Amino acid sequence: MKPLIRPRSATDDHPLTKIVLSAVAVVFIALFLVMPLATVFSEALAKGWEAARDALIAPDALDAIRLTLIVAAIAVPLNMVFGLAASWCVAKFDFKGKNLLVTLIDIPFSVSPVVSGLVYVLIFGLQGWLGQDLRDHGIKIIFALPGIVLATMFVTFPFVARELIPLMTDQGRDEEEAAVSLGASGWSTFRRVTLPNVKWALLYGVLLCNARAMGEFGAVSVVSGHIRGLTDTMPLHVEVLYNDYQYVGAFAVASLLAMLALVTLGLKSLLEWRFAGEIAATHKH
Amino acid sequence: MPGFGFSLGFTLFYLSAIVLVPLAALIIRPWELGWSGFWAEITQPRVLAALKLSFGASAIAAAVNSIFGLVVVWVLVRYRFPGKRIVDALVDLPFALPTAVAGIALSALYAPNGWLGAPLEQAGVKVAYTPYGVMVALIFIGLPFVVRTLQPVLSDLSRDAEEAAATLGATRMQTFRRVILPSLAPTLLTGTAMAFARAVGEYGSVIFIAGNLPMVSEITPLLIIIKLQEYDYAGAAAIGVVMLGVSFFFLFALNGLQAWIGSRR
Repeated sequence: MKPLIRPRSATDDHPLTKIVLSAVAVVFIALFLVMPLATVFSEALAKGWEAARDALIAPDALDAIRLTLIVAAIAVPLNMVFGLAASWCVAKFDFKGKNLLVTLIDIPFSVSPVVSGLVYVLIFGLQGWLGQDLRDHGIKIIFALPGIVLATMFVTFPFVARELIPLMTDQGRDEEEAAVSLGASGWSTFRRVTLPNVKWALLYGVLLCNARAMGEFGAVSVVSGHIRGLTDTMPLHVEVLYNDYQYVGAFAVASLLAMLALVTLGLKSLLEWRFAGEIAATHKH
Repeated sequence: MPGFGFSLGFTLFYLSAIVLVPLAALIIRPWELGWSGFWAEITQPRVLAALKLSFGASAIAAAVNSIFGLVVVWVLVRYRFPGKRIVDALVDLPFALPTAVAGIALSALYAPNGWLGAPLEQAGVKVAYTPYGVMVALIFIGLPFVVRTLQPVLSDLSRDAEEAAATLGATRMQTFRRVILPSLAPTLLTGTAMAFARAVGEYGSVIFIAGNLPMVSEITPLLIIIKLQEYDYAGAAAIGVVMLGVSFFFLFALNGLQAWIGSRR
């Protein structure tokens, strides 16, 4: 007689267990991840392609898209330069307080987005530290582009540094020391030795940093003032349209952001799969 | 090696300008009210109700995620099935999807005429615009923390101990409870704590589905925004300081937990 079930190893689960657990996992992911994602696109197309397209080319929507791109174009490169500088000094040198520095760099990840916006209002807002002086000089930071950029920089602050620090620490400093001893300058050592070693991890960090910068809502919401066409980023425009009961418009702009998220996830998975050894050890599956 | 002074100097300057000085501005601000004023501010019934909701809903969401996150990780690490890579990538969706997008999507999904809201309404369960809605959003936002923390640890877990348990006559369930779970527990706790900490401060994915009824479904971060709109900066800062304290507590507790896990290995 043939056994019904193929003999399994001692560390294999019972086939029934496998089916039940897989079903639980799939249903959970379908309910909590797939359905919300599907809702975005389905609601955007509820009144057809034309309605969705019209919502995307409305002047306010275009202004929001432009503002989001400008904000990311300022915040992401600055945080990239910071990430490179921070990981260079943490990974290549020994100094007192290094662990504290690494912890401090991580702070923005554990702070509520609303608090991240609040801190800048308390400095630059009308009743903030510098509010009166700024007003006297006609400088607007809160309810204007600079505030939005600052809040975005705060919430995306650790992304690049956090990818590079563990990787560059693992790589050590032998190669750089060799280059310097052969007469290379600091800058060319960095450009010719360090940068090629970390380029995929850098791209990975920049990718995540950019996704968050374009999608940030809470922090930007506090400092923006919601001035249509002027200080509404894409996520804020989604909120304005949704609260106006313009659901097709809200979900059309939201589906653009959702596509950005999907592209980010795709590229991220590709990097993890293709360059597992060249990005931080924490991402190897 | 060159570049130490410059890179450390730039790092400290940028860190101070963007993060440390603004946080100091927050920490200093509410004390213009004095200790009693600060205390009165954060013990208003509306603030207490918001804190209770934020912590309660976050705790329930984190607990749900610790159970289902463990199942998802187990399936992703131990089983082979078609489309596994896609499911694996999808787990990061809450990290990548802007919170406002998640917020309006969940709200539409659970609204009384939504795909899930309609059948739930028939069954007599209201999710949208109630504290349950807050929990749903916080479950969404917290799942990847549990999965991504646990996944590498389960992947690296040697099967020797499991085999030994099996040869000694343990059932699969006994092996799981006595051998596997104890070695995963500290990491599971870490992931759950991260999900909780993130949930307490979460704003965008919650406010659309919550309905924001004062005393009922109003979360703490929203209260900060309401105070700011009333130009009550000190009141907003007082709540902000409480939230920042919670964040710092978790930041250092998690660092301690990681160090402890590292020392056990």
